[in-house]
Amino acid sequence: MKTILEIKNLSKNYLTKKQSICAVENINFKINENEFIVLVGPSGCGKSTILSIIGGLEKKSSGEISFENKNIKVGYMFQEDTLFSWLNVLENCLLGLKIQKSLNKKNIKYVKYLLKKYGLSKFEKNYPKELSGGMRQRVALIRTLAIKPDILLLDEPFSALDYQTRINVSNDVYNIIKEENKTAIMVTHDIAEAISMGDKVIVLSNTPAKIKNIYDINLKNKNIPSENRKDENFNFYYNLIWKDLEQNDK
Amino acid sequence: MTNKEHEKYLRKLKFSTAKVIFVQIFLLILFITLWQILSNYKIINSFLFSSPLKIFETITNLWKSNDLLIHMWVTLKEILISFGLGSIIGIFVAALLWWFPFIPKVLDPYLTILNSLPKIALGPIIIIWAGANQNSIIMMSLLISVISTIISIYVGFKHTNKNSINLLKSFHANKFQIFNKVVFPSNITTIISSLKINLSMTFVGVIMGEFLVSKQGLGYLINYGSQVFNTNLVMAGIILLCILTSILYFIILFIENKLKKE
Repeated sequence: MKTILEIKNLSKNYLTKKQSICAVENINFKINENEFIVLVGPSGCGKSTILSIIGGLEKKSSGEISFENKNIKVGYMFQEDTLFSWLNVLENCLLGLKIQKSLNKKNIKYVKYLLKKYGLSKFEKNYPKELSGGMRQRVALIRTLAIKPDILLLDEPFSALDYQTRINVSNDVYNIIKEENKTAIMVTHDIAEAISMGDKVIVLSNTPAKIKNIYDINLKNKNIPSENRKDENFNFYYNLIWKDLEQNDK
Repeated sequence: MTNKEHEKYLRKLKFSTAKVIFVQIFLLILFITLWQILSNYKIINSFLFSSPLKIFETITNLWKSNDLLIHMWVTLKEILISFGLGSIIGIFVAALLWWFPFIPKVLDPYLTILNSLPKIALGPIIIIWAGANQNSIIMMSLLISVISTIISIYVGFKHTNKNSINLLKSFHANKFQIFNKVVFPSNITTIISSLKINLSMTFVGVIMGEFLVSKQGLGYLINYGSQVFNTNLVMAGIILLCILTSILYFIILFIENKLKKE
């Protein structure tokens, strides 16, 4: 499999007047094409910092992030859906294209195709506040996909949703990502979510975030996330990761 | 069944609004009648407190001598110019401060001092600089309104949702695009509400200015009336001013409601 992103010795320090806080220390991992990687760790451990650095929103302190292809496009999906209340669904989805000045008929057609495929074309002209939480998350994903990113960064994308919606939306998002053949890195603090969605789960320690373990998830019947939760091997991984995180507290 | 219940609810709702409006009108009429009766029976001194009929008479006289519209127009013009200039300068400077975070850090103490200074204290010097004419009035009113407009709009800009800005950064947006697509549109309500405050500040500024220097306008009318001890004229000026400011305020409320719906 082709490696598209390699991270070597990544570290990040936050500097304040009083002190320098190490948020991320010596992170190493590789991502292959079409792989779904999940970073799991306790809240506030620096997981999101790793994503922001990969996405270019923050600067690293040291280390190396090397993309296989220099012109790689990164798509970002945030904790809140961050849809703009003053734009309708279609306009929200076209925002990235507009900013990158690549708004043309072909791209608009692609966005409309995505909206139709994922059951949102009826709501093109609606405003975000008229949609349910799950629908908003799907719109946010389509907005991210509209710029045809090579790699998707998902920063706790479901944490604002209630449990039921959360599982349904993680199915939707998982299916969309797999169907569009995207590579993805997701950050979460939910162990079950990590195992049910990831091909590979990277467990991080408490601050500063260091890699504790990397698991290749081998389920008996790999399926959509909600089904994966019922898999025979699911509990096995759950216990392993639980123990890793438990050791953190000591 | 449910339809009937809904109809009943709607009727109740209508009735309660009608009740509020009725009492409001009743209070106004009661106030005016009492005022008139008390002055008719010389219980209050109508020379000091005027009376509704006399005020009405004064306003009709002003209308007959063609002065009414001139005075109102002069004040309205001054308000519109200062409000327009104040809004444009306020938004523009706030954007500038947002764009260059270094400037607000430097200006912070100066802005605080300027904001807390009672601007009326600058009145005499403004007259010396701008001359005893309408320019002084507009300057006065700008000084009163613009600093607080700048500060409140800038604070709105600064507190734009970080996630929204990060989202645009993830699309590699430049600074102008971030301002244009997020910072400005997400602060429309902040801007409108600070313009509302700006409008009332402008009224204060314009009337202050007209008290200091003017030959026409409602402020002049009130000031002149008090100097010649004509309380009817003073009261007439105040009531005309009430009407003018209410009209402008309702226009802004209307615009606000329209924007909120969208």
